[in-house]
Amino acid sequence: MSKVEVTKELIQKVAKNARLSLTDEELEKFVPQIQEIIVDSFSKLDEVEAKEEPSFQPVSVSNRFRADKPKAGLTQEEALSNVDKKLRQDGYLKGPKVL
Amino acid sequence: MKREETITFFVEEARKDFSIVEKNLASIMQEAKVSEVKKLNYIEEFDAQNVVRQLVELKKSFAAKDSKYYGKLFGVPITVKDAICVRGLESKAGSKILKGYKPLFDATVIEHARNEGAIILAKTTQDEFGFGTFATNTIKVPKNPFDNSRSCGGSSGGAAGFTAFTKNYHLAIGESTGGSIACPASFCGCVGLTPTYGVVSRFGLIDYANSLDKIGAIAKNAEDAALLLEVISGYDERDSTSLKNGFVKEEGEIKRVAIIKDFFEPCDEEVKKVVKKKIEELKKFYAVEEVSLPLNVKYSLAAYYVIATCEASTNLAKLSGLRYGVQGSVEGKHFDEYFSEIRSKEFGAEAKRRIILGTFARMSGYRDAYYLKAMRVRTKLINEFNEAFKKYDLLLCPTMPTVAPRFDEIEKLTPMQNFAMDLCTVPANLAGLPHVSVNAGFSKNNLPIGLMAIAPHLEEKRLYSFARVVEA
Repeated sequence: MSKVEVTKELIQKVAKNARLSLTDEELEKFVPQIQEIIVDSFSKLDEVEAKEEPSFQPVSVSNRFRADKPKAGLTQEEALSNVDKKLRQDGYLKGPKVL
Repeated sequence: MKREETITFFVEEARKDFSIVEKNLASIMQEAKVSEVKKLNYIEEFDAQNVVRQLVELKKSFAAKDSKYYGKLFGVPITVKDAICVRGLESKAGSKILKGYKPLFDATVIEHARNEGAIILAKTTQDEFGFGTFATNTIKVPKNPFDNSRSCGGSSGGAAGFTAFTKNYHLAIGESTGGSIACPASFCGCVGLTPTYGVVSRFGLIDYANSLDKIGAIAKNAEDAALLLEVISGYDERDSTSLKNGFVKEEGEIKRVAIIKDFFEPCDEEVKKVVKKKIEELKKFYAVEEVSLPLNVKYSLAAYYVIATCEASTNLAKLSGLRYGVQGSVEGKHFDEYFSEIRSKEFGAEAKRRIILGTFARMSGYRDAYYLKAMRVRTKLINEFNEAFKKYDLLLCPTMPTVAPRFDEIEKLTPMQNFAMDLCTVPANLAGLPHVSVNAGFSKNNLPIGLMAIAPHLEEKRLYSFARVVEA
């Protein structure tokens, strides 16, 4: 894998994907820091050959299933209890526009 | 360590005389208030009424001699790292974005503790979502009880800080992703016990990285830490990575141990001296040799940070200013705008950096080279540990390369330099291996220095036995 060019544009693109809008000041600060981490740390993995199976968990875990039996869930009031009052309406939760 | 200093002793006495519980609790509540006034910052917002309600209920248990009365932690006040959900207590994982969130449920570990008669005292301060080695990436920064101008370590800084600070009977539930139990235990002179990944249920833990997070115990001594771990561990069907084996507090057999010599090299001279001196003393109990883990030294930090940031960036995607935590006005806003605004305002710098790093390493075009590669390298590194464990029962090293640094020193560190401080703790954490940090001695300016022992998967017993020997 060739060396990644960590540019301001790449970081802005990634940030947008992650729903983060960075200020110019933040970008100025982050670009060299992130460059250093990707080039000096992450890219170290390029040095080593690893044909092993990936360990998505460190200890072997196999698929577990449970019976598909319905259980009581939260009441509407409980489900809304952490929602800000200004975003509650007639038992609904108001969200931002989708379309 | 005397028997009267242990939680077991306290619980036995408490069963005879409930005023012992009341006195201990009153005293520790006073300490909590003092630590708030002095801005030592170990405790998040303290809810005295919540504690008093629990005391009233527990008094009924005393009268009725019910199951809680016979619980292993009857009357014991417990502090809980902020990322672990406690019903009715604000649980923010140290982050502004979750301000105001009050869980409707207890994490499994809290259920276990309550069933054994414990009192949940308060939440302790931490780096936001666990992102940090010094508990400085947060609003309330805990101060080291040995020297208030220094860090408690992180991310479970408040937990270790309060454990060292209190003069009362108490236990702390902490959490480790890359070393966040061992590090603060080392800097604060406590015992920090991190179990094998999967031994303690993560249900109710606000995730940092799902394949790395482990809830564990911080206490003044090994006996107490092991007791807490015994209580909170065990199979939980609500956690799909939960193992069938819990931890039972019993002796483990240790014959041969090895010093990981490459982990020693980058450490400060004083740290090397104190830890080596303690290991010398242990030669009367165990055969002590040396071992090298060259692949772990070279690649574990890189693999860890790729995996941790990838997983964290996915987990933090759920925090978007809806349903709980900080919420804003949605009028006239498209969802992208609304989410971005709140996330950008409420996440700290370290959280943003890690989200960016993790999102990048998972992006198409980079995923194979970074994320998948790191997962393969992880297998390699676990294998290297297991090779060493064929010959040795425990592996030893200093917990941290330095003593607790001063806050002004920490400010000058780059993010990479911060990461590099985790060189001793990350390998065991990445491999999901159980490990314990015990105080090995003090520096010239009276700062604690921790010795760490790493055991094979599911051999926590050896850590319990080892820590008790070191303490004696």
